[in-house]
Amino acid sequence: MPEMDLGKALDRAIDDAMARDDAIVLIGEDAPMLRGGLFARYGPERVLAAPISEGAFLGAAAGAAMAGLRPIVELYMVDFVAVAFDALLNHIAKLETFSGGDWRCPLLLRAPCGGWYGDGGQHSQALWGTLASIPGLTVVVPSTPADAYGLTATALEHEGPVVLLEPKLLAADWLNALGRCGRDSVRFDVPQDDDDGGNDDPLARVPFGRAALRREGSDVTICSLAVGVHRSLEAARVLSEEGVSCEVLDLRSLRPLDREAVVASVRKTGRLLVVDEDYRECGLSGEVAALTLEAGLRPRFARVCVEGTLPYARHLEEAALPNVGRIRAAAAALVADGSGETAPAPRA
Amino acid sequence: MELAQLYQQMARARAFELAAKDLWEQGLIAGEMHLGTGEEAVAAGVVTHLEDGDGLSLTHRCTPALAVRGVPLAAMLSEMLGKPGGLCGGRGGHMHLFSRPHLAASSGIVGASLPTGAGFALAAKRLRRGKLAVALTGEGAMNQGMALETLNLAAAWSLPLLVVCIDNGWAITTRSDTVTAGKLGERARAFGWKVKTVDGRDVESVYAVAGTLLGRLRAGKGPAFLHATCPRLDGHFLGDPLLQTVHDPLGKGRARVQRVVSGAATRGGGSIGTRALGVAHLMTSMTQARLAPQRDSRGDPLQVARKALGKRRQDHAAIDTQVQEEIRAAVDAALAGEGGDA
Repeated sequence: MPEMDLGKALDRAIDDAMARDDAIVLIGEDAPMLRGGLFARYGPERVLAAPISEGAFLGAAAGAAMAGLRPIVELYMVDFVAVAFDALLNHIAKLETFSGGDWRCPLLLRAPCGGWYGDGGQHSQALWGTLASIPGLTVVVPSTPADAYGLTATALEHEGPVVLLEPKLLAADWLNALGRCGRDSVRFDVPQDDDDGGNDDPLARVPFGRAALRREGSDVTICSLAVGVHRSLEAARVLSEEGVSCEVLDLRSLRPLDREAVVASVRKTGRLLVVDEDYRECGLSGEVAALTLEAGLRPRFARVCVEGTLPYARHLEEAALPNVGRIRAAAAALVADGSGETAPAPRA
Repeated sequence: MELAQLYQQMARARAFELAAKDLWEQGLIAGEMHLGTGEEAVAAGVVTHLEDGDGLSLTHRCTPALAVRGVPLAAMLSEMLGKPGGLCGGRGGHMHLFSRPHLAASSGIVGASLPTGAGFALAAKRLRRGKLAVALTGEGAMNQGMALETLNLAAAWSLPLLVVCIDNGWAITTRSDTVTAGKLGERARAFGWKVKTVDGRDVESVYAVAGTLLGRLRAGKGPAFLHATCPRLDGHFLGDPLLQTVHDPLGKGRARVQRVVSGAATRGGGSIGTRALGVAHLMTSMTQARLAPQRDSRGDPLQVARKALGKRRQDHAAIDTQVQEEIRAAVDAALAGEGGDA
């Protein structure tokens, strides 16, 4: 496999797809600079520099997708989807239903997401739970290069709209551009494990709606995604030395969600811990708990999530994110007395 | 206000930005850092007019205006250092600085300063007659829907809002004129705004024009748009990838250059002509970035002000010394504060 991190694997998948499919155009702020290779290869008619007008260019991409193109829209960060939310929520996601299933919007929205580098609360959000709550969208978040390639390749052959979030901590180009910014004086806790998710072919398609089992275990099922998978694996290694056996499930596709994989694992362990970099309330963690209840299971349950607006200061951000210490404590508590992480009142 | 006083505000804002840059380079400040170097004449020329009760709505490049507004410098630096004693308890960071006593708010969302400014102006109109709001924005943000919508809203409601469009020619790493149709002043004029254009490097001109426009607003007239051109001296943010590529193509910009070369040479894709267009576009951007004014060059607003002082036989050295002492004390106080990342 060529040496690719998650971001470069994503870039590669886009490049390969653009070479195959002339209908693909890429639209984004600074696209010529950020995607210089694609810009030089495919030219300004297929790689379009957008003004800072997310509402306009995501809305226009929807129209273009309806009329025969296959746009890839890049946002600088998923936080900025707020500016363009109408296009996604009310148009892109609803077209299929509104047209009686006749018309779909083959569009890929690529957006970097997540924190761990101190960029403040408008530039560090996950938001995948919010996006995955919308019927009509597919929402995927890779945690490995192979999944980044495979999910992107699948998305660019999918007939409906796909939101693909790219964890910035796992994509060297983003971390360098937004966190390091040319400095050698800052450090980031980038996961070092070379876990490829058990995927032998780094250029294979990855289907939507299939979780990946990253580690087998018998005591606790940890469901996570993105950076959380790596933090969970690290916690699982520590916990195994303490005699707690954790199974780590990388959800990677939030909508559709692999309910069967979650249920099968929780049926085995009887304990469920959701590690989610998104907000705790009304989101993915509650959804995963609910689906086990719907399947007739009554697992001991805990969750390690983001509970308030992410603070800017690195040490405060680290504490607010699902770090290894929080995961370890929550899993250990589940095994010890079933209570999991105690839940304080949510902060504003 | 005398030129020397305006220069003092500019020098103070500049020294603050450079102190932040120094701390950032040491790794003591996390994340992105958008300096306002080059905008000091606009900040000083506009913000020195503000009174108690006036609102100030700002962007990710907010620190020069906040410094001029009188927000404590050590508290702002402490915030950037992530200290509990920072302006926002270490929770906001440099893009999210808020000072309630100054009715001053910033945002990391491009374009958001306009609607917030309109809201400050609405509150002034209802609660504080004669008071007003100023929203600073960049020219790149004027293509954001909420900015264009505010051009309509503030005029329709006849709000006492001054939008100062600080035009440095760049929307992140994209030349603004390549993604912007028409003229920004004409846009505002079409919505019924009073529009003025000014050389944003010349603090006395900015001060005079802003004074006239703000006087209209205090008298209850509708919104005004001040289009001020100025240089961007330190890129979109420190470590700007475009500037890295331009100034260090074989070092920090190497991977980017390689991507372009390899993309242009890979089989499959656009025609030779299409590829040539792409490469030519990138070369033009890089040339324009290379030719942009540098700090302390003739196009630097501080140099413009120093020259004007010199013509009047006024010395800036004493002001510089006093400002440096103030900033050094602020840095020391910020670093000495308990806790934080530093």
